[in-house]
Amino acid sequence: MNKLITFKKAAELIKDGSTIMFGGFMANGTAEGIVDALVASGVKDLTIICNDSGWIDRGVGKLIVNKQCKKLITSHIGLNKETGRQMNEGELEVILTPQGTLAEQIRSGGYGLGGVLTRTGIGTLVAEGKQTVDVDGVTYLLEKPLRADFAILGGSVVDKAGNIVYKGSTNNFNNVMSSAADIVIVEAEELVEIGEIDPNTVVTPGIFVDYIVEGVR
Amino acid sequence: MSMMDKDQMQDFIAKRVAKELTEGSVVNLGIGLPTRVANFVPEGMTVNFQSENGFVGLGPTPAPENVDPNIVNAGGQPVTILPGGMFFDSATSFGIIRGGHVDLTVLGALQVDAKGNIANYMIPGKLVPGMGGAMDLLSGAKKVIVAMEHTAKGSPKILKECNLPLTAVGAVDLIITEMGVMEVTPDGLKLIEINPEYTIEQVREVTEAELIVDGVGEMAV
Repeated sequence: MNKLITFKKAAELIKDGSTIMFGGFMANGTAEGIVDALVASGVKDLTIICNDSGWIDRGVGKLIVNKQCKKLITSHIGLNKETGRQMNEGELEVILTPQGTLAEQIRSGGYGLGGVLTRTGIGTLVAEGKQTVDVDGVTYLLEKPLRADFAILGGSVVDKAGNIVYKGSTNNFNNVMSSAADIVIVEAEELVEIGEIDPNTVVTPGIFVDYIVEGVR
Repeated sequence: MSMMDKDQMQDFIAKRVAKELTEGSVVNLGIGLPTRVANFVPEGMTVNFQSENGFVGLGPTPAPENVDPNIVNAGGQPVTILPGGMFFDSATSFGIIRGGHVDLTVLGALQVDAKGNIANYMIPGKLVPGMGGAMDLLSGAKKVIVAMEHTAKGSPKILKECNLPLTAVGAVDLIITEMGVMEVTPDGLKLIEINPEYTIEQVREVTEAELIVDGVGEMAV
């Protein structure tokens, strides 16, 4: 089956009000071409799940600056001043989540688990309103699973079956998110034929990937 | 007051933190002042620096012509990976952190208190960068050192009780500033070393928390 689509087609799949997970960490490993296509499409009222809110001019930050988001679930917004401004003005809802908790919420969403128990955030604002569970005398927070309509990944080398290899630190949340959305789209920095990636080195299984967009190297 | 400028002061603090490093340990350094600790690893010692965005073996900043855009640190800045290092995803990275596989983390703080509580991720209504990986590091690292300037422009940061939203409860083991080294003990904060440029009275003047003083050593770097 042919998973290849254009940037324009990828943007058309995503409707107003969608929830989207974006891989990447301070835009390192974020599918920049698909972000640009969404900025161009003007799709709005998005809920974005991403490690951080990127930069003013890089990563998911561009969607925030363009006022296309209504809600953000993230661990850090410090390098994009527009996120803080929109939050303080009440234009954008921001749910701050510890980074490791965010990764595990997404992982449990993709792996069929009912959430995770973690010590992280006990005694802080993060714990407010959340259930705690005692296991062998230790109190944990129950953090529920997260899923999305779309996961948008940035892959360094991708074959036409959707198998992904990441270079450097670009993996970060990409692999974690690959299993946690109804539709998964990867932007391939380098697209190769099936068989060209050694199965021993595949990080994200192609069976998670629905669509591939060939990016610009 | 100290004759050190801000840059010298930060290096002085970082050098003292570096004396806490141990051979073969896994260490995570926060952004800012803590990052400088990597510049003062004792000669001949191997320390495995972790970068929470997904690798162990964090190396120095490359020359501009050697930048690999695929390799950045948790602040999004270009860095390198050393031989023997490895990349992984965020779930593995925080499994390492929460699972107690990080021996030491060094973080900055807005406030620390006598019970080892720490606040370093938001000032409500003003500055809200978010906690990033700090809450996980504080809950999972075997040892937590706060490395920071002793005051915020003269106003105490080491308090009886933090009044900003906490990043973690009772997590801090050691506080290292340009004035001295303080240990969090069940009885409160104990001043264990003092920078000879200061008197104990001078340290107490800018420290809101009570300081237990019982055999203070010299802070040498």
